[in-house]
Amino acid sequence: MASVLVFIDVPGLPLPRASRELLTIARGLGEPAVASPRALSDEALQALGECGVAAVYEPAGDLPDVLVAAKAAFLADTVRAAAPAAVLLGNSFEDREVAARVGVKLGSGVITDAVAVAPDLSVTKSVLAGSYTSTCRVQAGIPVITVKANSVEPVPAAAPAAPERHRVAVSDAGPAARVTARTEKRVSGRPELSEARVIVAGGRGMDGNFTPVENLADVLGGAVGASRAATDAGWIEHSAQVGQTGKTVSPQLYISAGISGAIQQKAGMQTAKVIVAVNKDPDAPVFEIADFGIVGDVFSVLPQATEEIKKRRS
Amino acid sequence: MQESADRPLNIVVLVKHVPDAQFDRHLTGPGHTLDRSESILSELDEYALEAALQLAEARGGQAAGNMVTALTMGPDAAVNAVKKALQMGAYQGVHVNDESLAGSDAAATSLVLAAAVQHAAGAQGAPAMPDLVLTGMASTDGETSLVPAQLAERLQLAQITFASELAVEDVDGAAVVRARRDGDSYSETLEAPLPALVSVTDQANEPRYPNFKGIMAAKKKSIAVLSLQDLGIDPGAAGLAGSWTTVAASAPRPPRSAGTIITDDGSAGVALVDFLVASKLI
Ligand SMILES: Cc1cc2nc3c(=O)[nH]c(=O)nc-3n(C[C@H](O)[C@H](O)[C@H](O)COP(=O)(O)OP(=O)(O)OC[C@H]3O[C@@H](n4cnc5c(N)ncnc54)[C@H](O)[C@@H]3O)c2cc1C
Repeated sequence: MASVLVFIDVPGLPLPRASRELLTIARGLGEPAVASPRALSDEALQALGECGVAAVYEPAGDLPDVLVAAKAAFLADTVRAAAPAAVLLGNSFEDREVAARVGVKLGSGVITDAVAVAPDLSVTKSVLAGSYTSTCRVQAGIPVITVKANSVEPVPAAAPAAPERHRVAVSDAGPAARVTARTEKRVSGRPELSEARVIVAGGRGMDGNFTPVENLADVLGGAVGASRAATDAGWIEHSAQVGQTGKTVSPQLYISAGISGAIQQKAGMQTAKVIVAVNKDPDAPVFEIADFGIVGDVFSVLPQATEEIKKRRS
Repeated sequence: MQESADRPLNIVVLVKHVPDAQFDRHLTGPGHTLDRSESILSELDEYALEAALQLAEARGGQAAGNMVTALTMGPDAAVNAVKKALQMGAYQGVHVNDESLAGSDAAATSLVLAAAVQHAAGAQGAPAMPDLVLTGMASTDGETSLVPAQLAERLQLAQITFASELAVEDVDGAAVVRARRDGDSYSETLEAPLPALVSVTDQANEPRYPNFKGIMAAKKKSIAVLSLQDLGIDPGAAGLAGSWTTVAASAPRPPRSAGTIITDDGSAGVALVDFLVASKLI
């Protein structure tokens, strides 16, 4: 059986859901193998084995600064060594750039934003801000596919494997930028927006106070999102922005609070399974797509819901 | 840090002509390609153009030998993206227009743009590498974000993507581009020697509006129209024929219909939790 190579940048432990989803898809297509641009710990190796990974590929030496150009060179060299049937990556901006460069290096087509990959490697993707679904195929080279988070339910492998380690000699990455300074942001303890199963997002209607949004997100174990109006006003950081110029998300549940639902915002969340909207304005466009809409004040509805969830849980 | 104000820059900015996202957008025809009537300059490219204009103006603008070229690839109407860029202040325009381009995927697009960038940066058809290639962070139609990285790969340029701030500075007599980029869990400063490719986010600046003077001045600016032959590219390497991906089918997603809407009578928060429980979401 041909291998299916999954690129996992930082195999954190426990393995993030998005990585387990990619491995679940890979197992449905062939024998999963992993390319990791950093040397893996024994624990990471074991965790990958539990997902059925039979082989892992690591760079023979440390990659300089581990930026996109070097990761792409490593992944292309791994593909040449492993000759997989397909390459899967996440759909983050950085993963897509690695895919982009690997595609050129190998003469392979790249498909982004996949939500499903069929056994014949045809890809379903959601396009035009979720308003169309298309089926695409790579017709040159080894298909390189970036898959959106929350596309499948991750399942553990029937039988764990003991992955075999392979070291890949990495060719010159060519001219590259280098990082001169990096500051880690405060860790919120909340899930990443692009991978979260539940998102509570606030907009202009939050009037500078995101506490009700944060509190509801926390009782639901969700991430906090925002509209551009709220990030532009400086109420919350830009990385929380959902929409055309922010993140596209497809959670199980999206709660929109004080967001009118202008087309650019809707664009980012139309593929959520269930949409709940709370807005004072009964004419807000968001109500056109909400499964459950509440015409009401976010400052009373959100705290009441938060308290009610706590009460039912205790 | 001293800005190298004495060194003129040759900047090529990529501008894409895309369907206006304010309206419904459709995939049509046997190739499932995008209906491109009602198209505009991709909003996200305005930030790249503004960044280019600011870098050039900081060095004395066109009078001091700087060059800002707006480059697009697409059918006849795509020239409107270049025209808008010229009205905003780009110094000259290039439009790659060839019937063999129709249906190009990102790989074919980046192949053509790579040749066109060098053509645009050179003089009298002699290709040259610009100091900077600036692009938007993504197009607002295909939204793949593949093109900037593929161009950097094809042109062997250092790449900095998703820059929310950028400046060209002198470091020991050599010009470098320095940029800030914000990830989910970190914020970083990157540096690359010129020539380099930088994709710019909507956080980088406030793009200017074309004013009357700009609109009048744009009429006098030149737009070079290039064919694949001018670029030395085989028509079979572009368009549907040269693409490495293909679209087999497409269908509009069934529109979401509105569900239950209630008006808060003081207990809507509880009703919300009931809904979440009934939907097995908690
Ligand atoms: C709905 C849809 C889905 C698609 N999915 C895929 C896919 O999965 N894989 C694939 O290979 N192709 C795909 N394509 C084709 C691809 O979008 C086009 O080839 C497109 O011209 C280049 O990619 P992009 O628009 O995604 O560019 P992006 O990479 O998102 O664009 C980034 C920047 O590059 C510059 N740029 C891009 N195109 C041009 C241009 N023609 N002229 C000037 N500057 C430009 C602009 O500065 C732009 O802001 C898709 C197209 C559509 C309409």
